[in-house]
Amino acid sequence: MSASLEFVMHAANVHKSFGRLHILKGVSLDVRPRETVCIIGASGSGKTTFLRCINHLEKIDSGRIEVNGHQIGYRTRNGKLVEDRERNISRQRTEIGFVFQRFNLFPHKTALENVIEAPVHVRGVAKSQAIEEAEKLLVRVGLADKKDAYPGKLSGGQQQRVAIARSLAMKPALMLFDEPTSALDPEVTGEVLDVMEELAHEGTTMIVVTHEMGFAKRAADRVVMMDEGVIIEEGSPEHFFESPTHERTKAFLSKIL
Amino acid sequence: MIAAIQFSWHVVWSRIVDPNSVFAHALWATVYISIVAQIMGILLGLVAALMRMSRLTPFRFLSGLYVLVFRGTPVLVQIMFFYLVIPLPNVIDFGAFSLKSSFAAGILALGINEGAYMREIIRAGIDSIERGQMEAAKSLGMRYGLAMRRIVLPQAARVIVPPLGNEFNNMMKTSSLVSIIGVYELFADAQQGYSASFDAAYFVAVAFWYLVLTSIWSFFQALIERKLAVSEHDNEISLKERAVAIWTEGGGMVRSAWPWRARA
Repeated sequence: MSASLEFVMHAANVHKSFGRLHILKGVSLDVRPRETVCIIGASGSGKTTFLRCINHLEKIDSGRIEVNGHQIGYRTRNGKLVEDRERNISRQRTEIGFVFQRFNLFPHKTALENVIEAPVHVRGVAKSQAIEEAEKLLVRVGLADKKDAYPGKLSGGQQQRVAIARSLAMKPALMLFDEPTSALDPEVTGEVLDVMEELAHEGTTMIVVTHEMGFAKRAADRVVMMDEGVIIEEGSPEHFFESPTHERTKAFLSKIL
Repeated sequence: MIAAIQFSWHVVWSRIVDPNSVFAHALWATVYISIVAQIMGILLGLVAALMRMSRLTPFRFLSGLYVLVFRGTPVLVQIMFFYLVIPLPNVIDFGAFSLKSSFAAGILALGINEGAYMREIIRAGIDSIERGQMEAAKSLGMRYGLAMRRIVLPQAARVIVPPLGNEFNNMMKTSSLVSIIGVYELFADAQQGYSASFDAAYFVAVAFWYLVLTSIWSFFQALIERKLAVSEHDNEISLKERAVAIWTEGGGMVRSAWPWRARA
């Protein structure tokens, strides 16, 4: 793979169906290093499914997804997609951080244990070193004092920030956020969005599925609008929120803003 | 002459306060058989549960067949089958223990039978863990086995342990059935005393000893459940409260940390 990749994430013509339901109808998207891309759209438009395909939590029917130049989840054999071996898929996922809508912290482990779990048991980092790095990450998300707390003792906002630290601990090339504030009480969404905004400004490569238009305006380099399984419009936040061209984008934004 | 069946309290008493060395051997046999068979059952149950959830149809089929056969036939029949049909060497060396084939056959039958029940318990435990846990583990680059071992099973253990405790309680009692193939354990010991004297007191005494075993186990069960509950911070119930509950709720029925099982 080339040393300086043009794209961290490259998706070409991705199709995905659940049974007879055609969710993704040819999605193509490229994300450059240090770029923050926000994906917006009505529920059912396929944005979450697309995000889950990027780290192969969902299989795809056709098309191609690459992260860091590696095809995700499949090998192409005689022009047909063949699912890759689990070992390879897992290795690819270490490059991709995923933050879930419902946090999915490990409830039987403390905040610190959640963060060091993958570095120690997947990457094989020494525990002392992993703890040192995890403590720094917890400081970064503002939860240094909660490192020994179990997730059940943390608020939703705190849990989500631990989840972000947990993903960052693997030093991924790409961070995926799946509606990270949708399950939160309104008064704590700010603390999570602040952390994400900081990440964006520090140059983390991120794809964020969100309904938070304020965040998209402030943090995104590019906004992508999905509708019925395709990307119908993309552009800078200025373009998007001031002069959207597509009728459906206008309709969606007028409803949500 | 017809021997009259008797009942003498002093026999009960002496069997309780002054057990002989043969009895000690029988007691140990019951404990040993139960523990080894239960461990075998847990391991087989885990394998069968994972096979049941496999993507490969033959695995699921085998797992289903296993449960169908071993839950669908009497354990007594299974014990006879393993004793008479499965060729086992006459003496098996289990480290410190040298076992007669009846001993091995009894343990195998009980363990394999138990595995069929443990499969359902373990599967229910795994099913109770949100799918998001496995997804989160995978998204961090963990492979299926590692994610199961480090993330899913430790959480499932909380759900698995209470019914598992009851399974072991049952196991200690069910192990008495292996006396039929000539294994000398608690029940066989009582039976021998009875057949020599026609004194039913032997069975009362042995009931007492089973009660001792199950009560001790209930105490350990409470300890384990308490330890598992601590990290989950739900109900912090003191050990003393649990020890009391063993007697007020009945042995092996300590469920207070699991609200959906609570009686009150």
